[in-house]
Amino acid sequence: MTSGVDSTTQKSTSDSDVLVAVDGLAVHFPIRRGIVLDRTVGHVYAVDGVDLDIRRGETYGLVGESGCGKSTLGRAMLRLVEPTGGRVVFDGVDLSTLRGESLRRMRRRMQMVFQDPLSSLDPRQSVESILVEGLRAHGLDQGRETTGRRLRELLTSVGLPTTALRKYPHEFSGGQRQRIGIARALTVEPDLVVADEPVSALDVSVQAQVINLLADLQRELGLTYLVIAHDLAVVRHISDRVGVMYLGGIVEEAGSNELYAQPLHPYTRALLSAVPVPDPLLEDRRERILLTGDLPSPAAPPSGCRFHTRCPWRQPERCDTERPALREVAGGHRVACHWAEEIRDGRIQPHEVRPELVEEDGLLSPDTALTGPASVTEVLGP
Amino acid sequence: MTGSVSRSGARPPLLGGRKERLDALAASSGKGDAGVSLAASAWRRLRRNPVFLVGAAIIVLFVVVALLSPWLAAHDPSARLLEGQVSRARNEIPPAQEGFPLGGDQVGRDLLSRLLVGSQQTLMVGVFATVIGLAGGLVLGTLAGALGGWVDSLVMRVVDVMLSIPSLLLAFSIGALFPRPSQFTVILAVATVQIPIFARLLRGSMLAQRGSDHVLAARALGVRPRAIVFRHMLPNSLGPVIVQATLVLAVAIIDAAALSFLGLGNPDDSIPEWGQMLGGAQNVIDSHPSLAFWPAGCIIVVALGFTLVGESMRDALDPKNRR
Amino acid sequence: MALLEVSDLTVVFRRRGEAPFTAVDGVSFAVEPGQTVGLVGESGCGKSVTSLAIMGLLPRRGATVMGSVRFEGTELLSLSPRQMRDRRGRDLGMVFQDPLSSLNPVVSIGLQVTEVLERHRGMPRRQAMVEAADLLDKVGIPDPRRRLDEYPHQLSGGMRQRALIAMALACRPRLLIADEPTTALDVTIQAQILALLAELVRDTGTALIMITHDLGVVAGLCDEVNVLYAGRVVERAERHELFRRPRHPYTHGLLASIPRLDAPRGERLVPIQGSVADNIPWDHGCAFAPRCPRALEACVEITPHMGEEGGRLLRCHNPVQENQEVPA
Repeated sequence: MTSGVDSTTQKSTSDSDVLVAVDGLAVHFPIRRGIVLDRTVGHVYAVDGVDLDIRRGETYGLVGESGCGKSTLGRAMLRLVEPTGGRVVFDGVDLSTLRGESLRRMRRRMQMVFQDPLSSLDPRQSVESILVEGLRAHGLDQGRETTGRRLRELLTSVGLPTTALRKYPHEFSGGQRQRIGIARALTVEPDLVVADEPVSALDVSVQAQVINLLADLQRELGLTYLVIAHDLAVVRHISDRVGVMYLGGIVEEAGSNELYAQPLHPYTRALLSAVPVPDPLLEDRRERILLTGDLPSPAAPPSGCRFHTRCPWRQPERCDTERPALREVAGGHRVACHWAEEIRDGRIQPHEVRPELVEEDGLLSPDTALTGPASVTEVLGP
Repeated sequence: MTGSVSRSGARPPLLGGRKERLDALAASSGKGDAGVSLAASAWRRLRRNPVFLVGAAIIVLFVVVALLSPWLAAHDPSARLLEGQVSRARNEIPPAQEGFPLGGDQVGRDLLSRLLVGSQQTLMVGVFATVIGLAGGLVLGTLAGALGGWVDSLVMRVVDVMLSIPSLLLAFSIGALFPRPSQFTVILAVATVQIPIFARLLRGSMLAQRGSDHVLAARALGVRPRAIVFRHMLPNSLGPVIVQATLVLAVAIIDAAALSFLGLGNPDDSIPEWGQMLGGAQNVIDSHPSLAFWPAGCIIVVALGFTLVGESMRDALDPKNRR
Repeated sequence: MALLEVSDLTVVFRRRGEAPFTAVDGVSFAVEPGQTVGLVGESGCGKSVTSLAIMGLLPRRGATVMGSVRFEGTELLSLSPRQMRDRRGRDLGMVFQDPLSSLNPVVSIGLQVTEVLERHRGMPRRQAMVEAADLLDKVGIPDPRRRLDEYPHQLSGGMRQRALIAMALACRPRLLIADEPTTALDVTIQAQILALLAELVRDTGTALIMITHDLGVVAGLCDEVNVLYAGRVVERAERHELFRRPRHPYTHGLLASIPRLDAPRGERLVPIQGSVADNIPWDHGCAFAPRCPRALEACVEITPHMGEEGGRLLRCHNPVQENQEVPA
């Protein structure tokens, strides 16, 4: 195998290794107008043809800026948002074939941790009833005593005192609430946990506690994670592999060290160079690739390569007309750019980009809530 | 790692066992082990709100009077004890006198006793009309909010039609449907007017709940749809509905009075009711305004009491005020 | 003389039926012309309240402001509301975190910018329009003439923040306060805005107070950094000094607890225990003591005072030793 590539990124993907296989997944939200009769006047292409595999026991990080569709992708994988196309195969079962009760029972195996720990906990339920609910729903409640012991164990493992059971969500700090949210996801002993911005609503000093907790739980329970975040440093820290999303599609996927060491897609390079590092010496030296202009509206994505309107390496014709496929460039390193090798080898130099106006007609702006936005960040930015 | 400044060892050693220190700290900040639910913390805020206290005092007084009025009233409210002092020709009514602090009405009955006993009917009309309206609104609002789709559209169109008719006009029409007006028709008419208000309010907050993170979390957890509606969506939507119910009680009392005033209430005036007393006083309002003043004053004060309580509950239940 | 001199600034909030809450507790710092000073801390540390107090934007009722804020020798705290209104916009500009709610949604961008120009610089409308287009151009808004007629909701988040910066700059203030100006924005947009701010400071000589929770932002932008905790400055140093050798356990802890993009993967973070709410009053010791891994007995008994050594201010009984570097 290629040297310098993480062992996890090696291409030894036998089918049994893969817990979740996503194939051509698409979520298009209709934009409706009209008072009496709803007319569909267009679509927001929130997720537009995503292929990815998540292997058993790994952490797959999904990173991208607001409006790139990362939260929607996470929800569509769990069928909390109905996909418009493509399929998600979870441990050999095609989720799109499941209906009603069979889908509900399947949910035990795939859980979710939310960004805002307060709004994702029912304010009227005590911690105990929040935690018992999942057990009841899946017939795992084995009498008062056994369940009580299980809940206390669970609280201890997420670092909360057992006295928390009788309290209510508003009585906890942000970090503690997130621990409750994590405990809730773990009650039903899932295989996969999708964590959507698990730390971005927390204070800086508390984020590390939750990040470490997630890592500990993964080791103890053999969990598989999909971590969705806008913060590249967080994603790189906890993920084995990272997928970078831009306007509904994955533009690059690689092992987390590999991605940092050699980003191939121009967008990934810009993203990496934009993340501030708490080191003045480094900050003074760094060369930034400043992108001009804004993210185009996901309701009217650019033709060809979605990034071509802002890309400093854009080449005439091909970038504007042909959408690049996600192709493997090195072992386990996939990139959706026509010119990835040329850019890597310095055969194409960056040029100035004239900022292109992003027309916003109010309703279709990437900052506005559309039909079923996936998250607050998806709407307002991180 | 010894401190540069060290003093007596009276305090427990700080180094080692930060957890204990944190626990001690949490305990010192006054938080016990038993949690405080949202309702409990709302109640705690309410208790300190003077607006709520004034409103609650009025309501309690009103309810106590209504319940005890048969014993509080000095005279039979339908007995024409002062008939001898009534003179239609000279337009005279019995003045205030010993045993009759407010005097008599235009047929010689004791005004104070009629006011006291009248509170019973007013309370009954207000409470029943509100409860029936609330029940109807809860069913329709839950159906629309939980099921969505065509059920939602159907329910909401019906509600829109009902809301487009002025409420008093609607109540008149319903009251007029019955061949003989009675207290029951008043209740039914006033209740029907309230149903669409409750339905729309509940549906709105149910829809907001449906899009909320904690409902999504319950779905992700695989909680059964029925449990999601009744355990998560409905309880969290009830706050504004309860507030509305208190405010509606005030409106119901006024509406019922209006119906009685206009002759759509109970025609049998042996059982007194404030609206009906007000209606009866309109013929003599120029010469004897006190006959209208007392029942009208009672209606206003009681309606104000319910409004004050409703408004202060709205503030207390506002999640922004939660601490 | 310093451009702005804040000394012993204290802000106490009083709400009916509650114990008074001291949000800012004796904060002092100075800003020289052309200098960028950072105020860093987590939620509740008092950084935003400090900026509002300087701008005179705290509610008169409910908030008591004590201490002194001198701008070019003038005491701002003793100015009347009207005088303060004149100062704001003319001498002091402010950029807020949420650009959408800081702009009036029903007034066009052009009108909002020209309003400032007409009011503070007495320009006639026609001239103000030309100047406004110029300002939008300067902050990097493409096609500025057309943007003047548009409304805030028609702009993206990044463009709105640029428009807000343009408004703050309309009167060429000598001091700009930016309160979490990039927190609501994406990283690539954040990089654009930070570059813009740095450029403005360099080109116009405006002094900048940068308020943020993000140490990365501070590292690249500020000359001097104040770290705040529970309403007090716990450490102040020149940025290279601060990041190379953080002395206060809180600063040290923050740096050790954030995942760094350039750190090798798999390295475990060292979190700070507890949460911001776990503090003790400053009168009874050090507010950070309950969370501090270096806490001594003295830390819960004696209030630490600000000490100076080698140009660095430090409020700690048991600071991190000089040779303990941040784990990179």
